[in-house]
Amino acid sequence: MSLVLWGPGDDLAHRHRSIMDDPGAAGRFGRFGGRFVPESLVPACEELEEAFRDAWGDPTFRATLNQTLELYAGRPTPVTPALRLSAELGVTLLLKREDLAHTGSHKINNVLGQALLARRMGKTRLLAETGAGQHGVATATAGALLGLDVTVFMGERDMERQALNVFRMRLLGAEVIGVSSGSRTLKDACNEALRHWVASADDAHYCIGSVMGPHPYPWLVREFQRVIGEEARGQCASLLPCGTPDVVVACVGGGSNAAGTFAGFVDTPARLVGVEPAGGAAMTAGEPGVLHGFYSHVLQDENGQIREAHSVSAGLDYPGIGPEHAHLADLGRASYLSVTDDEAIAAVARLARAEGILPALESAHALAWVLRAAGTPELPPGSTVLVTLSGRGDKDADQLARLP
Amino acid sequence: MTEESLETYLRARRDAGRALLVPYVTGGLTDDWLAYVRAYADAGADAVEIGLPFSDPMLDGGTIQEASDRALRRGVTPDRLLDEIASAAVEVPLVVMTYSNIVFRAGAKAFCARLAEAGVSGLVVPDVPHDEAGSLSVAATAAGIDLVLLAAPSTPPARLRSIAEESRGFIYGVTVMGTTGERASMPDSARSVAARLRELTTRPVLLGFGISTPEHAVEACRHADGVVVASALMRRVLDGATPAEVGSDVAAIRRALDTQVTASADALRQALGNEGR
Repeated sequence: MSLVLWGPGDDLAHRHRSIMDDPGAAGRFGRFGGRFVPESLVPACEELEEAFRDAWGDPTFRATLNQTLELYAGRPTPVTPALRLSAELGVTLLLKREDLAHTGSHKINNVLGQALLARRMGKTRLLAETGAGQHGVATATAGALLGLDVTVFMGERDMERQALNVFRMRLLGAEVIGVSSGSRTLKDACNEALRHWVASADDAHYCIGSVMGPHPYPWLVREFQRVIGEEARGQCASLLPCGTPDVVVACVGGGSNAAGTFAGFVDTPARLVGVEPAGGAAMTAGEPGVLHGFYSHVLQDENGQIREAHSVSAGLDYPGIGPEHAHLADLGRASYLSVTDDEAIAAVARLARAEGILPALESAHALAWVLRAAGTPELPPGSTVLVTLSGRGDKDADQLARLP
Repeated sequence: MTEESLETYLRARRDAGRALLVPYVTGGLTDDWLAYVRAYADAGADAVEIGLPFSDPMLDGGTIQEASDRALRRGVTPDRLLDEIASAAVEVPLVVMTYSNIVFRAGAKAFCARLAEAGVSGLVVPDVPHDEAGSLSVAATAAGIDLVLLAAPSTPPARLRSIAEESRGFIYGVTVMGTTGERASMPDSARSVAARLRELTTRPVLLGFGISTPEHAVEACRHADGVVVASALMRRVLDGATPAEVGSDVAAIRRALDTQVTASADALRQALGNEGR
């Protein structure tokens, strides 16, 4: 294993790799990524990496996953031209409809992949953290489908905000454990899931919900989400005279729907834009650091204590961002911006009324940037833009109804 | 403290037949937290482990989490704690335990230099496994700090060999697949971690995680060179025990080790007719 140097300026230690490819044994995306976990968990991470490499190169595994995505999860999801909103904004807006996937968000893509992998590895349990509950619901669903026990860790604050999803998870047979430490949100749920995994790695697979965590997770989750971008690329090719959109936009918490979307367009001329919540903008307001096993941009104070994120959207309430996004930003290949809670809330209503589509608050962040940028030099009139609508908004209805 | 390294100090004591005892305190947990360090030293600690609290302690169970949270709520910072340590003049080696982001934020080189200035001689960073330790290890060596690596029950033989070679000061043998925290009994995994490490190295092997009582410590020291005791002591501090009270807990462990482990080691040595290990 190559010596991995520590901290800024260590880029030279890493071989050049093509963008959004295999991050190698050290799990590095440029200077980001890695495996900063207790020794107890290293063997479990190595076992998973080996199993994933093996499965991902196995046509039988790929065929089983593809068939499950098609027959069970409802893939491919369509790309819908947002005709009325396009006319209002003066741009051509296309929506990649992950809200139409089974369980109501893109999370199912990753979870089905990991659950099939876990079964292949002989694991009998899935552990998951969840913020908005979408990943928890998806994991509970995959567990029910494949006969695996599921334990979901969820911050108590998120359980209050997303009571419907807690009910859904329990209905699906999952055990939901409330986490009362720290900010009682996604970051604390991750800590607790990791602690639990240390004690149960023999029979449990930790099904991480985003492109975060120790190597191989950021890579593995991006690969399982790649289907979003690959489908969308083909769909754009048949819908757009120019073949590829000018701009591809996705919301970013940990960044899995964005990573999956970007993976399909990274080798095209399309501009890639990730949109974070203003209260949890790890890329723009954070600084390099280590959280939950990976080195990336993290919200932190001057002493290195992790700061809490604050977003109306529980699914984006996370102080870090996937390491590959930090690398794409370093390279200038993708840009990352933020929108406020109010902009996201307004975007929910705007899409609902113009197109009859109720997006998740998370997804509304991506749309909110389009609403803001359309007609400006950022997104000039006549541009074509693809937005990944990562999930549907039913889960947020109760929260939105209670807003002043 | 003296100029000699943590490892030299611990090896000498171990080679003299002493079971090593390293109690832990969360830095800044109370105003008078350094009084716990002094009480541990007076009670016969061979070194003291001091935690610099981190907001997201991934490897810690409820007790150390609570201690870290409480210290952070008191507004402590790594810098201020190291200032306090520097002015404390404690007569035993000090080992700092903290998470990688605290080290990283300061920069590995600057952080290790700062530890050395404060009179600290060892460093444990539980979320930096040996394959990520590269330049931290270089920075620690340059500053004269012994970077202590952890070995776990799950560690396969090849990794264990690398850890045994690269760890400095001692090797921190994790007794159990789990987080820190008080436990009712010593798990079987503890014995095998220690035995496997001792086959590979003469470096001191200390067991930690869940060593809660003098009986656990004695049991652990039948297989290893010493113990780290953390959560059981921090639970007492969290519940309001004074430095003198927690110091007497440490003294009780010391007494048990001196009477039961050292005696049995002497007997063994005599029976085998050789000197030392």
